[in-house]
Amino acid sequence: MQRAVDIRELTKGFFKENPLFVIVLGVCPSLATSGSLDTALAMGIAATFVCVGSNVFISLIRKIVPGGVRIACYIVIISTFVTITDLVLKAKFKIISDTIGIFIPLIVVNCIMLGRAEAYACKNTVANSLLDGIGMGLGYTMALLLMGTIRELSGRGSLFGNKLLPGYNPMGVMVSPPGAFLLLGLLLGIFKWLQLRKAAAK
Amino acid sequence: MNVERIVFIVIGNLFVSNFVLARFLGLCPFVGCSKRTSDAFGMGVAVTFVMAMASLLTHTIDTYILKPQAPLLVWLGGADGQLAKDGLQAVLRTLVYILTIAAFVQLVEMFLKKNVPALYRALGIYLPLITTNCTVLGVALLNTPDDPRQALTLPEAVIQGAFAGLGFTMAMLLMSGIRERIELLDLPAPMRGMPIAFVCTGLMALAFLGFTGMA
Repeated sequence: MQRAVDIRELTKGFFKENPLFVIVLGVCPSLATSGSLDTALAMGIAATFVCVGSNVFISLIRKIVPGGVRIACYIVIISTFVTITDLVLKAKFKIISDTIGIFIPLIVVNCIMLGRAEAYACKNTVANSLLDGIGMGLGYTMALLLMGTIRELSGRGSLFGNKLLPGYNPMGVMVSPPGAFLLLGLLLGIFKWLQLRKAAAK
Repeated sequence: MNVERIVFIVIGNLFVSNFVLARFLGLCPFVGCSKRTSDAFGMGVAVTFVMAMASLLTHTIDTYILKPQAPLLVWLGGADGQLAKDGLQAVLRTLVYILTIAAFVQLVEMFLKKNVPALYRALGIYLPLITTNCTVLGVALLNTPDDPRQALTLPEAVIQGAFAGLGFTMAMLLMSGIRERIELLDLPAPMRGMPIAFVCTGLMALAFLGFTGMA
């Protein structure tokens, strides 16, 4: 029997069900925004906000909405939160919003949001959906920050735009598209290896 | 119609800024649907069609309903009114586009099911997936940028949609060819499936990076 508030709903998104590395959702924005740490952080916060907001709302209306139109309702709710995020970023953080470009509005079709709505929020209590949203959002943010750190450090020798490695000759390919694909492939391999090792140890 | 701009859009979307390999759009179907060449081709054709049609629909809606000084807004609130001055682009664009795309995909699916069952059996399973494919919403948003100086005309938008779709199809076909061969390799267990697919995509993207000089 599931408890009304279960703290495990929060922590499962960090490692065991990490949306990017384990479930492999939300790949497009993760590659597009992890070229530098500040865009990665902005994308992570934006995705967390949308995920928490839509999860809570969808959980609130889960008993009212008829099954046939539920996906359409989810999309309307998610795009409302995405528009809020988009407008706030445009008003307050113009430079970051210009760098990320269309990937903020594209959160609407990010599989994480719709996936959590369909797989979790429409069946669980509001409190648990809130925790699930926070956990998934933070897990995604951490994955983005990991990729952003590796890519910016190796590709530019800097973190958050501050040069850290004097005399380091940057690997420009890491901040361009091929480096993003290679790094994600290798990170997915590492996570799979950790999972397989854990399964073998049991 | 400016021929130079059209050529620029065609080459740009096919090679230089290929939606999958340079713009990071549509990666879910790209890795999810590229295990067999026949699947990759079906998905590519369906996406190309939906992208071209979605470009047509969303650009028209933007011009007549959402843009500042759009005819509908002028009719509702007068040419000098606040509504016509601000437009609805910033507030409603994302929502209206995604609903338009979803409704269009649903209509195509129903039409094919009733009238062209053979085509429906071939492409039907890919259609519901396309609604949440970010290439379609992505091209709609790229066609109608905030900055009026980068604005595209309607024919340009449709061409961009069609050729972005063809670029996607090309990347899918190349990928499926590679993956059919990877299946036969003896890989370390953790790298099988998705991880090796992304590493291969990285190498393909590296090759496509060579086109950047053409822009």
